[in-house]
Amino acid sequence: MLTFTLRRILMSIPVLLAVTVLVFTLVELAPGDVSDFFVNPELSGSPEAVQEMRRNFGLDQPAPVRYGIWLSQVMRGDLGFSFVSGERVMTMVLRRFRNTATLMGVALTFSVIVGVSLGVFVAVRQYSLWDHLLSGLSFLAVSMPAFVTGILALYLFAVVWPIFPSGGIRSVGQAASFVDRLHHLILPSLVLALMQTATFMRYTRFSVLEVLRADYVRTARGKGLSERGVTRKHALPNALIPVITVIGLSLPVLVVGAVFTETIFSWPGMGTLYLSAVSSRDVPLVMGLNLFIAVVVLAANLLTDVAYGFVDPRIRYE
Amino acid sequence: MSEAATEPAAVAVRRPRRIENRLLRRFVRNRPAVISTLVLSVIVLLAIFAPVVERYPFDQMQLRERSQPPSAEHWLGTDRIGRDVWSRTVHGARVSLIVGFAATGIAVLIGVVLGSLAGFHGGWVETLIMRFTDVLMTFPPIIIMLTLAAFAPRGLWVIVFIIGGLSWPGVARLVRGQFLTLKEQEFVAAARALGNPGPRVMLVHILPNALPPLMAMISFGIGNAILTEAGLSFLGLGVPPPAPSWGTMLEAARNLDILRNLPWTWLPPAAMTVITVLCVNFIGDGLRDATDARMVL
Repeated sequence: MLTFTLRRILMSIPVLLAVTVLVFTLVELAPGDVSDFFVNPELSGSPEAVQEMRRNFGLDQPAPVRYGIWLSQVMRGDLGFSFVSGERVMTMVLRRFRNTATLMGVALTFSVIVGVSLGVFVAVRQYSLWDHLLSGLSFLAVSMPAFVTGILALYLFAVVWPIFPSGGIRSVGQAASFVDRLHHLILPSLVLALMQTATFMRYTRFSVLEVLRADYVRTARGKGLSERGVTRKHALPNALIPVITVIGLSLPVLVVGAVFTETIFSWPGMGTLYLSAVSSRDVPLVMGLNLFIAVVVLAANLLTDVAYGFVDPRIRYE
Repeated sequence: MSEAATEPAAVAVRRPRRIENRLLRRFVRNRPAVISTLVLSVIVLLAIFAPVVERYPFDQMQLRERSQPPSAEHWLGTDRIGRDVWSRTVHGARVSLIVGFAATGIAVLIGVVLGSLAGFHGGWVETLIMRFTDVLMTFPPIIIMLTLAAFAPRGLWVIVFIIGGLSWPGVARLVRGQFLTLKEQEFVAAARALGNPGPRVMLVHILPNALPPLMAMISFGIGNAILTEAGLSFLGLGVPPPAPSWGTMLEAARNLDILRNLPWTWLPPAAMTVITVLCVNFIGDGLRDATDARMVL
């Protein structure tokens, strides 16, 4: 297991390098740079001022050199400084990551518990009214992007029936309190959770139905176990193993959903930070965020595989 | 799995006509998929005939008729600067469908070419292509699309190429898998034994048999591309104004005043986005069931 983990970590290094090279190239190929954000060509912007600014940011160096400098910084654990705010990229990312992690953590927990339970619930009642109803709803939910559900939720629960605040992470001009934070957290995290809940439900249903057809389930029934006992002891443990993969792979989807959810609910997380970074051409911040997201996604993939080995003794890593 | 997957291929060789008929028959039996096909056809027709069914030019601002609720003159009302919401919605269908179909076309083209090359050749070609595919698959493509869309010049076709150019990895994987299975079939060995050159075996004998499972993926891909375009436009990084995109129309609802007082300006694009994607997903489901090899047995 240890060798497997180590090898996977080593294997992820080229992937991380490729991601950063890809993003850096994309940013490089695009016309314009951060000086466009600071210098308004119609007002001041003499060519000398622009040159001066580009030199200050090190933008007069050729691109491969700048990538090399950035990479050697990263090796030393330094993501550099934001062009726009002058703050350490690492500090900015970590501060925003706390908020995003709260949002995604709540959403993931909710969607795993509710999605998997509902999936099992409808699977043991295949073709019942509940099955048709919930399966239909889940199909609707996976076709609704976060920006549609977000706007609808905002309209229904913050405007028409204002039981939740319309955005932000806590009330302005009040002492920070847990209840207030929770109040702000519920709506955006439910919006973020909706599509995942439906995905987990659909997948669990499929997986349980698949297992219920297996020979060993028939054997269990044949030796006279109650239907409940068959489901609990024999079907569920086996059916839920592949669900772990889907949960592990849902992280990129959550990252993307977070970008929209945070935008709609003015949530100060990584998504909104990323959007402001790309619109102001803040290269160090864009690069830092991409690297951070890539590390988190790869770590989640690795964790999924390791967890798989724990719950399913049939899987051996060499 | 592999045993089951070989079944339709073998049938296809013996009776080339039958397989399509059978797929069609099985698809028609799936009621949601058929209804979705009809609804989607209506949306496609609306998009094609947008200049005919529109009541006013989609970018015409009638300043005297700002923020009007739905009425006989303006079926879906007008927005804050007096533009007809019905006209903008049907023109938005154009944008969405163009992006959906064109981007998916590009993705399928790239995916089929790379997937066939990887599956047919193997060796270092396969390693190179599949490693690259893995990199793209581990990272959420929309993050790269966001970066690209923010830094690239803006335009409808730029968005098409961004979405299409980054959506192919799934197709490439599927096609490669199909090739790996089909390559070992007797009919391929027979085609080779008859002296067909490699490229001909690849294009004429293997590729057509690798395509049916791709149909469901194409359908889901169109839905994804439509959602991605709407999402990018929602973030202000998509199709530039004045072209009306459903995402851009929805984005206006981030203003709480519009959200509260002008629901008729953002509900139609929201509903259209969901209906279109729902239809495409139902069709994809129907296609998947129709082409699923396991259902043959």
